[in-house]
Formats: sequence, C-alpha cells, structure tokens
Amino acid sequence: MSNVSGAILVIAEHDNAALKPATLNAVTAAAKIANSLGGDIHLLVAGQGAEAVADAASKVAGVSKVLLADDAAYAHALPENLAPLVVGLAKSYGHVLAAATSEGKNLLPRVAALLDVAAISDITGVVSADTFERPIYAGNAIATVQSSDAIKVITVRTTAFEAAATGGSAAVESVAGTGDAGSAKFVGQELTKSERPELTQAKIVVSGGRGMQSGENFKLLEALADKLGAAVGASRAAVDAGFVPNDYQVGQTGKIVAPELYIAVGISGAIQHLAGMKDSEVIVAINKDEEAPIFQVADYGLVADLFKAVPELTSAV
Amino acid sequence: MKILVPVKRVVDYNVKIRVKADGSGVETANVKMSMNPFDEIAVEEAVRCKEAGKATEVIVVTVGPAASQEALRTALAMGADRGILVQTDAETQPLAVAKVLKALVDKEGLNRNGSGLVILGKQAIDDDCNQTGQMLAALLGWPQGTFASKVVPGEGAVTVTREIDGGLETVELKLPAVVTADLRLNEPRYASLPNIMKAKKKPIDTLTPDALGVDVAPRLKTLKVAEPAKRKAGVKVADVAALVDKLKNDARAI
Ligand SMILES: Cc1cc2nc3c(=O)[nH]c(=O)nc-3n(C[C@H](O)[C@H](O)[C@H](O)COP(=O)(O)OP(=O)(O)OC[C@H]3O[C@@H](n4cnc5c(N)ncnc54)[C@H](O)[C@@H]3O)c2cc1C
Ligand SMILES: Nc1ncnc2c1ncn2[C@@H]1O[C@H](COP(=O)(O)O)[C@@H](O)[C@H]1O
Repeated sequence: MSNVSGAILVIAEHDNAALKPATLNAVTAAAKIANSLGGDIHLLVAGQGAEAVADAASKVAGVSKVLLADDAAYAHALPENLAPLVVGLAKSYGHVLAAATSEGKNLLPRVAALLDVAAISDITGVVSADTFERPIYAGNAIATVQSSDAIKVITVRTTAFEAAATGGSAAVESVAGTGDAGSAKFVGQELTKSERPELTQAKIVVSGGRGMQSGENFKLLEALADKLGAAVGASRAAVDAGFVPNDYQVGQTGKIVAPELYIAVGISGAIQHLAGMKDSEVIVAINKDEEAPIFQVADYGLVADLFKAVPELTSAV
Repeated sequence: MKILVPVKRVVDYNVKIRVKADGSGVETANVKMSMNPFDEIAVEEAVRCKEAGKATEVIVVTVGPAASQEALRTALAMGADRGILVQTDAETQPLAVAKVLKALVDKEGLNRNGSGLVILGKQAIDDDCNQTGQMLAALLGWPQGTFASKVVPGEGAVTVTREIDGGLETVELKLPAVVTADLRLNEPRYASLPNIMKAKKKPIDTLTPDALGVDVAPRLKTLKVAEPAKRKAGVKVADVAALVDKLKNDARAI
C-alpha cells in the first residue's frame, strides 16, 4: 500500500449543523505530525446536509482542504457506513486521525482493521511522524509506541492538545459517498440537555461522588457550578447509583477532562477516577475522610462535611 | 444462536501498578491477575441470553499464555459452556486478537444460520486500547454495537443502546453482530462454589495462532514505558474561607 503524499486526513466530528470542538484538538495533533513531514492537513466532513460544518471546517487554521461527503448514510456517523468511505480515502494519506471521543473510538479501529494496520488509541504526545505517546493502565504509565505500518490510524486525547485556531480558508471539495452498508440502523438518541458548558470543554468542573448521597443533592453542586460557570461531572459510583446521567462520568472509562480548576466533592479518588482528571491545572478536594486518596493529587484539600462546605463555598465565590 | 465471548486476563483493577526500572514495561510478575472487568460483564450478558432461551451455547475464548486459562475457568464458573485457549506468549495486540477471533468465528460457524453474536469488553484495562471489537466487526463485515448499556436480541437483529459522549444512542443491528460491553450493561454474578467445582469439568480446547493461520506478531513496537509526571504535593486548608483565599490569590483559578 503506497501513500502518495505525506498528507494527513482528520475526520471531523459534528452533528450535521456544527463542528464539534474536539476536532480542533485533533487538528493540532495533526499539525504536530505535519511539522515533521511537511505534509498537508485535510478535514473530512461526512454527513447529511452538513454544508455549514464544511464551511466551519474550511476556516480552521492549518487545514488546506475540506472533503465533504454528503449522503443520508452518514447522517448518524454509523461506522458500518463511514468506514468504507474513510478506507477508500485513506489510501492517499500517511495518517488518519480523529478525536478520541465515543465517535472516534467507534470508527477508527474499524478503519484500521480494514486497512490491515494497527490503530493507535488516545495519543497524548507526538514524538515523530511514526512515534507517539499514549497512556496505559489508566494513565499510571505512559507508553511510547512506534508504528511501521504504511498508514497510521490514530485517535487523539483532546486534553493533551490545544484547540486549533480559526482563520484558515481551505477549499471545500465534494467526494462521492459509498452508500449504506445496510447492516445497521440508527433508532434514536437521548441526549442530556444542559445550559452549562460541556464537560470536556469547561474551564471549571465541579464533580460529585457517592458522598452526595442522592441525585437531589447534586443541586448543591449545580448551584456552585452555576456561580463559577462550571460544568458538572461525577464519579462512576454516583452515575451507577443513578444520581446523574452516564455521560457525567469522569475517568478511565468515562470522560477525560483537564480544566483549569477541578473540584472533587465526596469522591474518594480511585485510580480509575484519577485517570480522567489528574491533568487538571488546579485540583480541589472536599472530603470528610482525611485519608481519602483524592488528597494525594489535590492542590487544595478541605477535610469537611460537604453538606456544610459546599453551600459555604457557593456563597463565598 | 451461539455467543462467543473473548476474555482477557489482566492485572487486577485494584493493583497499583509499577513501571519497571528499565522502562521496558509494567511489572506483572507476582501481581494479582483477574479477568478484565468489562469481560466479566460480557460473560454475564451472554449467560443471561442463554438463560433467557435466546442463545444455545456460550463459548469463551482467550488469547494468551497458558495461565490465561484462569480467566476461562472464571467464565465457565459464571455459566459459560466451554472454553478455547489460543496459546501464545507473544504480546497480543488488538488487530492480532481480532484476526484470531475471526478465525474462531469461522471455525465455530457462528455465521452458519445468520444469527451469531460476539460480545467483548469495550476495553482491556491494561492496554486501554478500546479497539478489538470494532476490528473484529470490520474483519467479519458485521455491524457493531460498541459501549453497550442494553442489548436486546430479537429475530434476525439485535437492538443495542450505546453510551455516547452526549448521552445514549440506540441502534438496530442485523445479526450476526459484534457488541462491546460498557460498565452499566449488567452486574456480573459471583460464581458459587458448586459452580466453580462444576466449571472444572467443563472442556477447554487449546489451539495456537499458527493452527488458525493467524500471524500475531505485534505491529506496534513499544520503545519505552515511563511513569507519568507526578503532581507536586498540595496542602490542606483549614476552612472554606482559606480555600477561597488560595483559589483567588495563589492559584488565580476563580
Ligand atoms: C473497569 C473499571 C472502570 C472504572 N471506571 C471508572 C471511571 O471511569 N470513573 C470513576 O469515577 N470510577 C470508575 N471506576 C470505579 C472506581 O473504582 C470507584 O469505585 C469509584 O470511582 C468510586 O466512586 P466515589 O469516589 O464516588 O465513591 P466512594 O469510593 O464510595 O467514595 C465516596 C467518598 O465520599 C466521601 N464522603 C461521604 N460522605 C461525605 C460527606 N458528607 N462529606 C464529604 N465527603 C463525604 C467519603 O469519605 C468517600 O471518600 C471503575 C472501576 C472499574 C472496575
Ligand atoms: N488477548 C485477548 N484474549 C481474549 N480477548 C481479548 C484479548 N485482548 C482483548 N480482548 C477482548 O477485546 C476487548 C477489548 O480489548 P482492547 O481492544 O485491547 O481494549 C477486551 O475487553 C476483550 O473482550
């Protein structure tokens, strides 16, 4: 398999109306690879009626071309339909990247297997065009891995790369779709609605754990979050107990966040939770158990009953 | 319908791992090993399908060294019918595992009456790859329901609710299909002592990647494994007022 150029293809994530910010982090990772290769960066927008997305994509700094594949088969990012499209295009590229979101993780390994190449998940660093850093064991070790495959298929941990700026003016080129594989059907979605910033994009995150005791008590955290302009997150225990929806979960198997400020309330600090937040700039922990492991990563630890401390904090900020 | 469940033996999720001093990897000698937690959930789901009369047989498979049989025995004690050990001492990377699994799907005829199901974990907690299920689906040309929190097998199709970044998504997949289990799919049972005893009599076949015609040589070379950057030690604050002062004046975070 020969790749005709050192160009890099980044898969844009979107909802057919707007480009998702995670794409911008993936573009920055692509730019780091391009720096060592001198290659171009192209963005693929596959969707239905996604012209506005292609338009936004063309303005991302560093992107030289936008490929727009408009087809009803791509309306819901079903990997059964998208993978053949990406595989067809990938043969002209040296690298295929996407953000390590639920969508990117769903699609890229499927693409890699069809190309008979390894997939490199969740990179946090670019060492060179073929060598990358990625966390293993819930972030308790960092592996440096080298690929000898002709095409490198990579998902990018968004918190490890800045968002690319806007200011570009790439041309948009239409590409033909590959149709509906007919094996999977989108039935529906139940998206969590919130006025607050998105968890992975927020500058401040306030998270609650089992110590919150109920969904009702999360109102205490929401009041604090609203005052700080923060997003609300949770530990797995809080999600499993049904206090908040599953997409609030921060951790090894939930969302990875790295805000300027992370406030952990009633969370013990299991390694699986730390895996999702320990790269935050400033960490605050509020816990009544002074031995709780969360204090080992907290810049500021407050040993206190959360039901007293959180309302106090809310009125003090 | 036959269900195939791939299970991996990994360092137990409670173990605080140590990076080897020479940077060659993570210490796994004399460390507690267990079945990957997501795979327990996958086994549980398969066994429940069988108990509900929706599956005829649950086959568990592992790719790894002889000791990985322990994971198979655990799965058999949970109610799986038989096990397959594909024995290799090579590092097993997702693409290689997916190829082995594809060979087994063909060998076991999971596709024969168009209704087989493979349920994997969504992610192995050692390599944190989250790839194998998607790769297997690609190689088989089957649809995939990843990160499943609900699986409802029906006539010729399976409905899967998936945990996605914004909430939940439901897809309907034609059988045969691949599903990967997320944490909230179910709560795996503990194997009872009688079932652990019974599991000792259940059959485990041993094969090799070679016999299946699969090259499992790693595609990615690990150049080094290092400890992550350590956070500098923090301080305890006496009360909320002191916390707010620190956040405003020292950290300038609010
Ligand atoms: C495969 C696998 C993957 C996992 N993935 C994740 C993941 O992605 N994210 C995640 O979070 N977890 C994950 N977990 C679970 C993880 O191991 C822990 O079980 C979980 O993080 C614990 O949540 P918690 O800290 O809220 O609960 P607990 O450990 O029960 O801690 C509750 C804390 O609240 C404190 N508390 C109680 N009452 C008060 C009060 N009134 N005031 C102040 N403090 C109080 C207690 O002192 C305690 O420290 C995973 C586990 C496995 C096996
Ligand atoms: N060596 C292996 N043997 C059996 N199953 C495996 C193996 N490696 C991965 N799997 C399966 O693939 C899932 C995802 O693993 P991974 O892609 O490595 O994160 C696991 O939860 C298992 O179900």
